[in-house]
Order: sequence, then structure tokens, then C-alpha cells
Amino acid sequence: MEPQAVLDVRGIEKSFGATKALRGVNFSLRRGEIHALVGENGAGKSTLMNIIAGVFQADAGEILIDGKQVQIKNPHEAQKLGIGFVHQEIALCPHVTVAENIFISEINNSKKFTVNYKQLYERAAEILRPMADIDPRAIVGDLSVSNQQVVEIARALSTNCKILILDEPTSTLTESESVALFRIMKSLKEKGIGIIYISHRMSEVFGECDRVSILRDGTYIGTYDISQTSPKEVVSRMVGREIGDMYPEKNGNASGGPPLFEIRNFSDGIRFSNISFELREGEILGLAGLVGAGRSEVAQAICGLRKKLSGDVYYKGEKINISSPKDAIKNGIVYLTEDRKSLGLFLELSIKANISAMKIKNISKRGLVQKALEDRQAQMYVEMLNIKCGSIDKLVSSLSGGNQQKVLLSKLLTVKPKVIIMDEPTRGIDVGAKAEIHRLLRNLANEGMGIIMISSELPEIIGMCDRVVVMHEGVINGEVGLEELSEKKIIQLASGI
Amino acid sequence: MSEIKAVKKDSRANSGLQKSQFIEKLRNFRELNLIIIIAVIFVIMSFASPYFLTWENIEAILLSFTTNGIVVIGMTVMLIVGGIDVSVGYTMCLSMCISGALFLDGWNPWLAGLVGFATTSVIGLTIGFFVTKVKLNHLITTLSMMGILRGLCYIITKGTPLSLYHLPDDFKFMGVGKIFGIPFAIILFFIIAIICDFLIRRSTLIRIVFYVGSNEKAAMFSGINVDKIKIFVAVLCSSLAGLAGVIYMARFTSATPTFGQGLEMTAISAAVIGGASLTGGKGTVFGAVLGITLLQLVTSSMILLNVNPYWQVFITGLILLTAISLDSLGQMRKNKVKYALVSKSAAPVGSIESGENNKQSGQASL
Repeated sequence: MEPQAVLDVRGIEKSFGATKALRGVNFSLRRGEIHALVGENGAGKSTLMNIIAGVFQADAGEILIDGKQVQIKNPHEAQKLGIGFVHQEIALCPHVTVAENIFISEINNSKKFTVNYKQLYERAAEILRPMADIDPRAIVGDLSVSNQQVVEIARALSTNCKILILDEPTSTLTESESVALFRIMKSLKEKGIGIIYISHRMSEVFGECDRVSILRDGTYIGTYDISQTSPKEVVSRMVGREIGDMYPEKNGNASGGPPLFEIRNFSDGIRFSNISFELREGEILGLAGLVGAGRSEVAQAICGLRKKLSGDVYYKGEKINISSPKDAIKNGIVYLTEDRKSLGLFLELSIKANISAMKIKNISKRGLVQKALEDRQAQMYVEMLNIKCGSIDKLVSSLSGGNQQKVLLSKLLTVKPKVIIMDEPTRGIDVGAKAEIHRLLRNLANEGMGIIMISSELPEIIGMCDRVVVMHEGVINGEVGLEELSEKKIIQLASGI
Repeated sequence: MSEIKAVKKDSRANSGLQKSQFIEKLRNFRELNLIIIIAVIFVIMSFASPYFLTWENIEAILLSFTTNGIVVIGMTVMLIVGGIDVSVGYTMCLSMCISGALFLDGWNPWLAGLVGFATTSVIGLTIGFFVTKVKLNHLITTLSMMGILRGLCYIITKGTPLSLYHLPDDFKFMGVGKIFGIPFAIILFFIIAIICDFLIRRSTLIRIVFYVGSNEKAAMFSGINVDKIKIFVAVLCSSLAGLAGVIYMARFTSATPTFGQGLEMTAISAAVIGGASLTGGKGTVFGAVLGITLLQLVTSSMILLNVNPYWQVFITGLILLTAISLDSLGQMRKNKVKYALVSKSAAPVGSIESGENNKQSGQASL
């Protein structure tokens, strides 16, 4: 045990019913270090963190804080012990002010009859000031996602935490907001707070963290100094096998091929104007830009999901008329939404029902659904995309993010699309599933399907796309071909330079 | 190597089959429960009252829920699409009043019935319009319709019940006629129920209704014309209420403008007891029919046992509360969470699927 360890976890075991989620996991966190915790979906990261945060109780093993063994029976006790948890999905009350959210626990446990708001706002401002310029009286729901995250961190800090757990904090942030977060993390580190950083992004793990611990299938693989390992090594250990090239091979000639899909003069008068670009056969076209640049809006307008003022769509040189989602689908132009849970999936319905949703005609004869057809269709996609599920009758809400995304992709594939515009296709998905989806996309592109990829993850754009169109505040600011493809170039164009 | 692959594929298919059989059983679990409860009450009542096991009593019970049953079917589809219609009782009343008034005016009773029914379809269209184009919610819209419909009933009948006893026999047959000793109304209801149950389980159009009810936005993104579906369901629900009204009129040969109050509560209760959810995306006709059977059985039994009528209303409410509580608790136990699914677009945080798919549970952060 390291002398400076603020948190020491040994031999943690946890089972849920018949499944062992954690098998003898060890973990230690030093004061003032940023310690990354990585592992595929299902590896046990969340379970381990939930045990530390008091949400679950371990079946065996011990937890020591500052050398003393403790029992963390519930989140309240965890908080008292100085453990703060910022979840991946923002858990704030949107209709209430920033200060009230920060001190929510205190107000809840207060024995006093009234709340001294003046004091509350002052104290909130003090905590917030070194991190970001947020008005403690602002309503949380009105804040940007990154500011909401700062409020979550402030809430953890208000309890004088010595251990801060950040779960995939940058998954909804832009590049510059992520940079601001890292700055905050550094200052917390200097104050001696230990940070556990859960992430799938190797660039962040290797850019910001001091050590990395790896979990795989509930087993603790090891802890390594960042300076003594490499992303490839870490990913291999996460996945348990050698990872070849991180991204599938590109089609070098693609961008010189004949045009497959073209849009001209797309404008909606509010979020984007004068957008024109071409997609050529065999290539994967990237659509890059900062959050809010208007990329999703353009994509949705193309697919009839959003109104536009002007704009023409051409497929293989012929003009297509799209004025409703049904038109787009009929013409084979489909959109994979970035918000799979609220816009893409029917969470309470089965996997097979989800897959059938876009083209019910595939599985019905004479107006009646044929169970055999539906089952066969679903099984086909489960095998094709390697969707890990017990049975196709299971609810789609029981799947992990990566598998849910595969179900969504299957749904789109049932209409035999000609062009897929995917919006953040691998957001919140673990490395293994990500690689599978990337490989699938490249295969589809090679077979002649048009793939346009909207992504805010620069490594993904660089790794997957043959050519990138960059948007800035509603207009196209530039195009980058294969030879000059670099993160720097894209960020420049995305920022308006 | 290929052998191993083959074996793996087999076991996966097998476990898939086992799982889907199990889930089938789970879905029918609720309906099985209801059948058991109904059977138990049946048995108890046959000992508790000498009149219970008589043909007259059974017939009366069955008849009492034929017209309500038709309304319940419409309500079930409405709940599946994620909507609700609290005006069904008054819609049923309106079709009665219009048909009755027209008949008294000299119209052919079949034509009068058709007009009454058609009017309710128009009512459904109107509700659909307000919900889809004016973007009002179902509850508020149908709540407002209640007053409008009730008012129309009073206006048409001038406030007094219409006596229609001189309706021709062939028309009355719908309500009181018998085929092989079984009332025609019961046969008609069961035919409608069987057809609707089949359609709900197999029809493509109704499957689309489930998609809309489960996640409207996702349905839109999947190319479904959500507005068209909502209008269709509104027309269906109101029309079924209208049909029930005409049959009721044939049976009781009268049209009372005060009829229908509280019918929506019974209809919603029956549908929910039968498995429909107020948040949409769920429901079966079979379950709804069992639900209304249970409710009517309890009501009729209470009458037979001379229970104070005020207690009857109380007990009906209690049954509904018990049914939905058991459902919620069952759902929580299945998912092993401390709280059940509340919002439609979020899986329960911290929910765990017991079994081999534990690792794939819940949110993206695991």
C-alpha cells in the first residue's frame, strides 16, 4: 500500500444473481493524482465505482480511506467520507438554481426551518469562481452541458471531497470545454484531491492522467504509470488480445471516384446556409465542426426531419425530392441519430421489434406481421453485427450502449439504404464495439453505400474519413483531403480560421 | 475450428429459444393471474349466493359488459398509442341520443344508427385534429369534449330520456335477440374482441401504433407518420364508443342523455388491469377483456350479495389501485431496482438484469 494512498480498495468481489461482476479487484488512488480507470463496457468499472460511492455493497473485500478501513453503506456515508461522484449523465435538478443544486444535500439534511439564500449564493460563488464564470442564481436547465458539469463538480467539492470520481466527463463536451475541464482537474489535483477518471478516450487518458488501471471482465489486470506504457498496450490489455491497427484501412482512391450523392445550397435561414458538398463512391466523408456548428441540423434537413428553406439533393446525378422522413427513407437516404435513447430506439420494446420499425413491410404479408419473418430478420442482423444479447425478444433497454447502437444501425440497414448519415456513431461506446462498428462502416462504403460521418471525436474523423468537410457557425469553412488530414487543420477550420 | 463455431452457434440459438419461450410465459403471466382471480371469485360466488350459478345471472353478467367491453377495446388502443380519451362515456351517449332522436323523427332505425355512429367517428376526427394539428394533449382535449358532448346530448333530447320501445324487432335483435339461446349481443362482442385481439397482435398498422406509443420521436425518425396514426386511433376509439351506444340503445330501447358518466374510469381501469400502460406502448385486448370481466364480475357479485351501492364504487377503485400496485411492484422486483420505470426515455439507473446478460445492463457507463 502506497503511503500516500487516500483510497485503497482490495479484493472486491461482487455478484448480481448468478453473474460475477467483480472478481477480487484491487485499486488504489493517491492524493493529488489523476488516475484513469479503463475497461470495456461490462468490465466492471461502473460497479466498482458504485461500490465506492455507496450505491452497492461489495460481497467481499475491504475499502480503506487514508489507511482506515471503512464501511460505506449508502451514498450519504460515502459523501461524509469525502467521496464525490460526477456521473456521466447529468444528475441535477434543471428547474432549480445553481446554488440550490450545489448544496442540495445540505439543504435536504438541514434542521433549520429556513434557507439563508444570501449566504448560499455567496458560498456557491466561492466554489465556482476558480472553475468557471457561472451565476449561482442561474437556473441549471438554462446552462450549457459543460457548465452543468462544472456545477456537478462544484457539488462534489462543496462536501470537501478528497476523492472525486469523474465518469466519462468529456463525452458531451466540445474540444474547448474539455480543455477547460482539464484545467479544473489540474487545479483540483494541486489541492491534493485524488481524481478517478473513467474514460474510453486514450488521448485523454494519456494526455491528462498519471496512472491507468485496467479492468477486463470483472478482473483487475493491473495499474501502470502512463509514462511507461502506450495506448496500444492499454487497449490490448483491455480487450485481451492484440489490437491491430486502430482503424480499418482506408480506400485511397475513393475521393477521386464518381459522385454518388450531392447536396446543393442547403439553407434553413437559422442554423445553416449555403451548404453544398459531394460524396463520392467508396469514400467515407466526414462532417466536422464544433458543437453547434449546424452539422446535425443539415443532416436532419437532408433526411426530411427538419424544415429547410432551400436545397436540392442528388443521387447519382438525379434529383430527389425529399419533404418528409418517409420520402428520404423511400429514396434510401437515412439518418442515424446521435441521441439513440430518445430519438432512435424504442426502449420498452424488444430488440426484434426495434429492428423492424423502419420497414415493417419487410416482415409483414397482407397487412399482418409474420413472426417467422421478423425473427429471421432480427437473427440475421444479430449475427451480422455481432450484437451481444440473450434473445431477440429481450427489451432493448437491457443492452449496453454499443449493442444498442448496433440495433439502431440494423434498423437503418433493413431499408437497404443508399446513403447513411451518421451522427456521432460511436459516442459512449467501448473500444471493442467501436472497432466493430468502424469495420462495418468501411465494409459498407467499399460495397458502394454512401457514408457521411458527423463526429466530434477528432481521432475518429482522422482515422475513418477519406475526406472531411468542416462547418463553422452554419457555413462550410473548408474541405480537407486525405493528404492534408490532421487534427490541427480540422480544428483551425472548425474554429473559423 | 469450424466444429467449435458450429457448436457455439447452436447453443446460442438454443438459449435464444429458451429465453423467448420464457418471455412469452412472462407476458401471459399477468393474463393468467387474471384468469385465476376470476375463476376464484366465480367459485366463491357460487357458494355465497344461490342465484349466482344460474343461467340468468351468467347471462346478465355477460350482457352487462358487452357494450362496455367494446368501449374498453377502443380505450386499450388509445392507451397503446400513448393517449387517453376521458369522453368515451359521453360519446357513447351522443350516438344513442342522435340515433334515438332521428328514429323518433321518423327515420329508418338502421339509418339513424348509422348516422349516430358516423357522428362519433367525426368526433374522433375532431379530437385527432386538436391533438395533432393544434398540438393539445389528449387529456385536455377529451376533457373539454366531455362538456361539449354532454351539452349536445341534452340539446338533442331536450333533457329528457327518449323512449324507443317501438323500435322494429329486427333492430332490437342486436340488443336482445338470441341465437341458440345465447344473446346476440354477447356473440357480437366476442367476435369484435377476437378480431381486435388478433389485429393488435398481428396487424402491421397496429404494430405501428405500438411504436408511436413507445417513443413518438423515434417513430417519426423511423419514417412513421405519427399524426396519421394518432388521428386513426382517435377515430377508432370514438367510433367503437359510438357502436357500443347503438347496441345499447337496441338493448334498452331508450336513449338517456344522462348516461355515460364514469364509463371512462371503468374503461381505463379495465384496460390497465389487463396490462395497458398509461405511458403508452403496451396493452392487449385479451387482457382488457379479462379486466372488464373482473370488474363486472365484482360489481354483479356485490349486487347479488346486496352490498351497499356506495361500497361498490369504493371497491372498484380499490381493485384498480391493487392491480396497478401489484404490477409496479412486480416490475421492480423483476428489475431488482428500488424504483420502477418512471420516464420513458431512460432505463432505470442501477438496474440489473439477472442472468448471463448482466454485463450488458443499463446505461453506457459501465
